[in-house]
Amino acid sequence: MAHDSGGKSFDLKAMLRDERFWKIAFQVITLIVVIALLSFFLGNLNRNLLQQGRAFSFNFLLSQAGFSIGESLIQYLPTDPYWRALMVGLGNTLTLVAGGIALTTLLGVVAGVSSFSKNWLVHKLSRLYVGLVRNIPLLLQLFFWYFAIYGALPQPEEQINVLGLAFLNNRGVYIPWASSAVLAVLGIAATVGAAIAALWLWQWRTKIRIDTGVGGQAQLTALAVLGLVWLAIITLGMNWTVPEGVEGGGVTGGLRLSREYVAALSALVFYTSAFVAEIVRAGIQSVSKGQWEAARTLGLNAGMVMRLVVFPQAMRVIIPPMNSEYMNLTKNTSLAFAIAFPEMYSIATTTYNQTGRPVEVFVVLMATYLILCLLITLVMNQLNRTVQFKER
Amino acid sequence: MTSATPDSFSSARPDAISLGPVAWAKKNLFSDWFNSVLTVVIVTTFGSGLFRLVSWALTTAQWGAIPNNFGLFMTGTFPSALYPRIWALLAIVCGLAGLSWGVLGRNVSTLFSRSVLIGLAVVCAFIILFPPTRPSSLKLLPMVALVAVAAAAGRQVARKFPGVGQLLSLAWFLSYFVALWLIGGGLGLTRVSTNDWGGLVLTLFTAVSGIALCFPLGLLLALGRRSALPIVRWLSTGYIELVRGVPLVALLFMGQVMIPLFLPLGSRPDRILRAIIALALFSAAYLAENVRAGLQAVPRGQNEAAASLGLNTPMTLGFIVLPQALKIAIPAIVGQFISLFQDTTLLSIVGLAELLGIGKSILANPTYLGRYAEVYLFLAVIFWFFCYAMSLASRKIEEKLNTDH
Repeated sequence: MAHDSGGKSFDLKAMLRDERFWKIAFQVITLIVVIALLSFFLGNLNRNLLQQGRAFSFNFLLSQAGFSIGESLIQYLPTDPYWRALMVGLGNTLTLVAGGIALTTLLGVVAGVSSFSKNWLVHKLSRLYVGLVRNIPLLLQLFFWYFAIYGALPQPEEQINVLGLAFLNNRGVYIPWASSAVLAVLGIAATVGAAIAALWLWQWRTKIRIDTGVGGQAQLTALAVLGLVWLAIITLGMNWTVPEGVEGGGVTGGLRLSREYVAALSALVFYTSAFVAEIVRAGIQSVSKGQWEAARTLGLNAGMVMRLVVFPQAMRVIIPPMNSEYMNLTKNTSLAFAIAFPEMYSIATTTYNQTGRPVEVFVVLMATYLILCLLITLVMNQLNRTVQFKER
Repeated sequence: MTSATPDSFSSARPDAISLGPVAWAKKNLFSDWFNSVLTVVIVTTFGSGLFRLVSWALTTAQWGAIPNNFGLFMTGTFPSALYPRIWALLAIVCGLAGLSWGVLGRNVSTLFSRSVLIGLAVVCAFIILFPPTRPSSLKLLPMVALVAVAAAAGRQVARKFPGVGQLLSLAWFLSYFVALWLIGGGLGLTRVSTNDWGGLVLTLFTAVSGIALCFPLGLLLALGRRSALPIVRWLSTGYIELVRGVPLVALLFMGQVMIPLFLPLGSRPDRILRAIIALALFSAAYLAENVRAGLQAVPRGQNEAAASLGLNTPMTLGFIVLPQALKIAIPAIVGQFISLFQDTTLLSIVGLAELLGIGKSILANPTYLGRYAEVYLFLAVIFWFFCYAMSLASRKIEEKLNTDH
């Protein structure tokens, strides 16, 4: 700040005409108003809580929860403390988020690309799907999946047998799965690792072929070996158990996905994919027509044009809004509580009902979802950096 | 390069090729083996699915839950003796909608073109034929007539007094308070407890209130986040990011519990008001981001030009930047309004009897046990109708405001 009044007598008129004065005054007033409001609200909160005899404290997290939870990734007993119950909820939320993000990306991209299909039926179907699903509230769709679709599946006595590999009844879906949780985790890790290695090998091969014009045979062999090893691990190493129908209804073996989980996953995936499809469509549209034409002129067929030329460029436009869709999906998993799926929010409400501590529970809830959203943003920003246009 | 004859550069468009049905199918459905397989798979799976859906709807489905509870769906447990007040409200909305249509369409050569007339006829036929609305067709048909008459009148008035548009905005604004009075009572009308507000009326009321509240708030937050004043910017950014990181259902549920805790002892705002506040506070954060995107899209030169003309900051914002930014942001803003409208369904979780809540309580009635598909499909059609209408309106506004050449 330059003191251009130069120590002369204080001039009120000049000060009132000075923009800098107003800028500071406006900020001071805003700050005072916000602080006044906050202290009013927090003062009331403090008084109200003291009146009810519940000072702000997180000690309740250590006391015994005393309620049972239908499904859980980790060991949990009703005698466990609240924090462990909340961890169970977080685990269930994470399974929903992981399944949701994977399937949404798949369905959304397929639906988005389909709207450019030369096949009239595929194009119309994609438009119909987006126009229909985006305009119906998610909660309503969730109830529809849970009550009207999965609820209409037959009783366990008359369950549907899918090729002897999977079973459907109104208690859930039963699929083949590794015989132990450790093996399942190892299998998933092997799949992810193989995928990353394959991607890296493929990029290496492309680089060599671009640089030298020939070669890449060694990498191709490595890819084939990698594929065989992965296949061997998955088929032989996982000790698969296939669900088997029991006489008189019911299923043993395999993995049971509860009706709540399947319904929540279906609703979330169907709803979010419609938005993702629109993002993908807009991204592809943003690639200039000349790129299509140039690629066609070079002799690439329609599929190759999309895969090699258009889609990589569209990714730049697609990735940033995808971040907010993934965040929406994460936050929307909280709706699964309406069909009694024991995810984070549902456990948190139970905790609140039993302990009567709304503020503390809300803080825990808010921190959890904020951290989840932050993690997604971090990953997506990293991804965004790799696809952005690299200029000289 | 030079070998092309001048003829091949003729600028005339090629003749439009008209395809016969067989050629059309060959081009669009069976162009290669992959497309042929796709077509066959889609036709068989979706065809059989559609067939089963239609046969279910015509035979197995029991649609009785809808006409028998139509009053509940529309107004919840609003006392039936006071229904005339709801009808009066509908009449006011229809009249204003007709007037607005007439005023907006004052430059169109014919207001009632053939497609509009067909549309009106379809609406009338629907009212008479659709079982739930048939009993009230004597009241609904005059409403359609009212819209048409008001449109014609509005056009005549608008041609004589072009400034009538602003008066109409004022009328819409006042109609909100008239609606509040007609639904809630007071000032000479019998009071209706908010416990008896419900159904579509409550859904629309909360959505309109939420939109009206969140728009100014979102605008202020967006301006705050773009502001050059650091304290204002930090506060706005903090609010936006914090709210956007939390699920709405958590805000709503905790809002029901925590808003009373934040207020002086004993003051407990009505639960519908609490829900509307939570809804508006939530949507404002998202709206702020949409408006911010619009603000960012306005070229900096506009600001500089305004400043060099001697406009101060508020005037630059109000006359130069905001009109352009809002125009750019219209699709995103309407999208946010649509999701706010959809989010009103979450109020059923905190125990309000809006459309979905009424649907749940009807399904809890033993008479309609297990009629999930019927009730939820009906609700889906209602929600779809309103959301689609909103996105259609946004597209129309966009076209109208588009000044590009």
